[in-house]
Amino acid sequence: MSILVDKNSKVVVQGFTGKEGSFHAEQCLDYGTNIVAGVTPGKGGSDHLGVPVFNTVREAVIKQKANVSLIFVPPAFASDAIMEASDAGIEIVVCITEGIPIKDMVIVKKYLQKNNTILIGPNCPGIITPEEAKIGIMPGFVFRKGKVGLISKSGTLTYEAANQIVNAGYGISTAIGIGGDPIIGYSFIDLLKRFENDEDTEAIVMIGEIGGDLEIQAAKYIKENITKPVVAFIAGQTAPKGKRMGHAGAIIAGSKGTAKEKIDALKKANVNVAETAAKIGDTIKKVLK
Amino acid sequence: MNIHEYQAKKVLSKFGVATLLGKVATSSSEAREIAEEIGGEMWVVKAQVHAGGRGKAGGIKIAKTLDGVEELSKKILGMKLVTHQTGSEGKIVKKVYIEAAADIKKEYYLGIILDRQKEIPVMMASMEGGVEIEKVAAETPEKIIKIDIDPFIGLRDFQARMLAFKLGFKNKQIKYFVKFAKALYSAYLEMDGSLVEINPMVLLEDDSLIALDAKMGFDDNALFRHNDIVAMRDFEEEDPMEVEAGKYGLNYVKLEGNVGCMVNGAGLAMSTMDIIKYEGGEPANFLDVGGGANAETVAKGLEIILKDKNVKAIFINIFGGIVRCDRIAKGIIKATKNISIEIPIIVRLDGTNAKEAVDILNKSKISKLIPATDLQDGARKSVKFAKENY
Repeated sequence: MSILVDKNSKVVVQGFTGKEGSFHAEQCLDYGTNIVAGVTPGKGGSDHLGVPVFNTVREAVIKQKANVSLIFVPPAFASDAIMEASDAGIEIVVCITEGIPIKDMVIVKKYLQKNNTILIGPNCPGIITPEEAKIGIMPGFVFRKGKVGLISKSGTLTYEAANQIVNAGYGISTAIGIGGDPIIGYSFIDLLKRFENDEDTEAIVMIGEIGGDLEIQAAKYIKENITKPVVAFIAGQTAPKGKRMGHAGAIIAGSKGTAKEKIDALKKANVNVAETAAKIGDTIKKVLK
Repeated sequence: MNIHEYQAKKVLSKFGVATLLGKVATSSSEAREIAEEIGGEMWVVKAQVHAGGRGKAGGIKIAKTLDGVEELSKKILGMKLVTHQTGSEGKIVKKVYIEAAADIKKEYYLGIILDRQKEIPVMMASMEGGVEIEKVAAETPEKIIKIDIDPFIGLRDFQARMLAFKLGFKNKQIKYFVKFAKALYSAYLEMDGSLVEINPMVLLEDDSLIALDAKMGFDDNALFRHNDIVAMRDFEEEDPMEVEAGKYGLNYVKLEGNVGCMVNGAGLAMSTMDIIKYEGGEPANFLDVGGGANAETVAKGLEIILKDKNVKAIFINIFGGIVRCDRIAKGIIKATKNISIEIPIIVRLDGTNAKEAVDILNKSKISKLIPATDLQDGARKSVKFAKENY
């Protein structure tokens, strides 16, 4: 078992024939991901990497039964690509694209509610269920199959955490990079809920960072709803002040989004917080002993 | 990206937000000419720096004669302005805005920002204008009125009227406010604002409303569709090293410590700084080489870190995903050929092509390179070498 994606997921890659799309789609195919279609408007009818290319996502859904989309479309057009996937009835949209304007994402989020589409990202490494499907840009070999669910705001820190979990003698059920943008799709709570209900996940690792208050909301949710052990790490304890959002942002959020605030909230929810990024593996060892 | 008050007013007035007559000057004689051109009997000389709290710090002064304008401009231009937003190092004033003075009846606050929780823009207003709004929010949050804006229908008249009544406006003031608020939202929306703040928005003797001060920030991700805003960027307001790094796609922030860091990914970069501190050291910088790192950008990154003379050791921490470790290794070698490196460089490479990278570095026989097996080992060694090298 796993969450969201597995070997049965039928993946369509949007922005399939571009440089980024080609490079990563090939890696996903090598990993064994079931990529059934690619979409590049104007290139429909051709083949690329041995996969049929369509002009629209709708065609890929009708002809190939695609149900998960992986997006490599450039930032100016990415919000349109997400909405196209949602409109075509795709269940899970994984958007890798970095640099989508916030205004575009405000509209996307509102639109997705209408169709109940699950969005992962944008600006994220994607999802991987080891030995079944890699729908993203992470180095697949780092992730071994196992019982730890991993949710992370950061890309390379996800690899770091997975590597430590594997070196500690455990593995990953599913790992999801949710992205660090101000507006993202699925967040900690949505995924905590799914890992709690996943029989094969025994512990959950969540990796957050400064800014916003998703981690604080997650801490509240964990306290009330999660029975499985949770390990957390928050990056940015020494981050410079100038990098945070303006004061008006802090007014709205009702908090400043500092690492300390988040760590305190998580500790109060009985979450095992790793003191440094190097101790994620040790901490998971402690809770799974 | 942020812009100056005078630039924000130019942008806002295009959308129908009323402002007073004014122009920017870089010398006191120019300031005098502008005041003459504006006319009237009173002018305000305003320091142009990217920070709030200028008035309190002595950066905003009223002049009652043209000589006064010239004198005050001379005084303010070149002064180091220290406000609650600049930090103790302050900011040197290089431009002043000369503006007509007005008869003020009352001051208000009006702003628009993204509510990250609700994921929509929110308009905030307060009768406590002209003061630090963060202070109002902390001490008397009930004095801030908020209106959620549905991105599909925008800010409606009835919403603006609701705010107007709560702010105590009457008769034709209401009509003026609705126009002002809607113009402000148009500017925020059209220009991909991350923040618009009018503090204060003032009610004049004739019941009209104007933006006495204006602050605008923009979503960096959307700058590709706003060349006019990009052209307003004032590099003198930014750290020159950060600007230099940005040209190569590097995200660099200088800090006070002595352990330089070069990392791929913002989360891992922050975690690397954190662990250096945890191990008893002090990070000298934040540096994210990003997903597109290659030999050239890595070499440039090292060069930038080495410009900081406080740095006594460098920790290169790479977990290769898209970034291939062998490319990073080649970059390190390239850098050592161009610049003489006299401090230890602790290198930890893991992930994609890590083995090849370690081979490349071993073959290079560069004496200052110290291999690290993992994040923990790298952090300990970096802190240790920085202390020994001090």
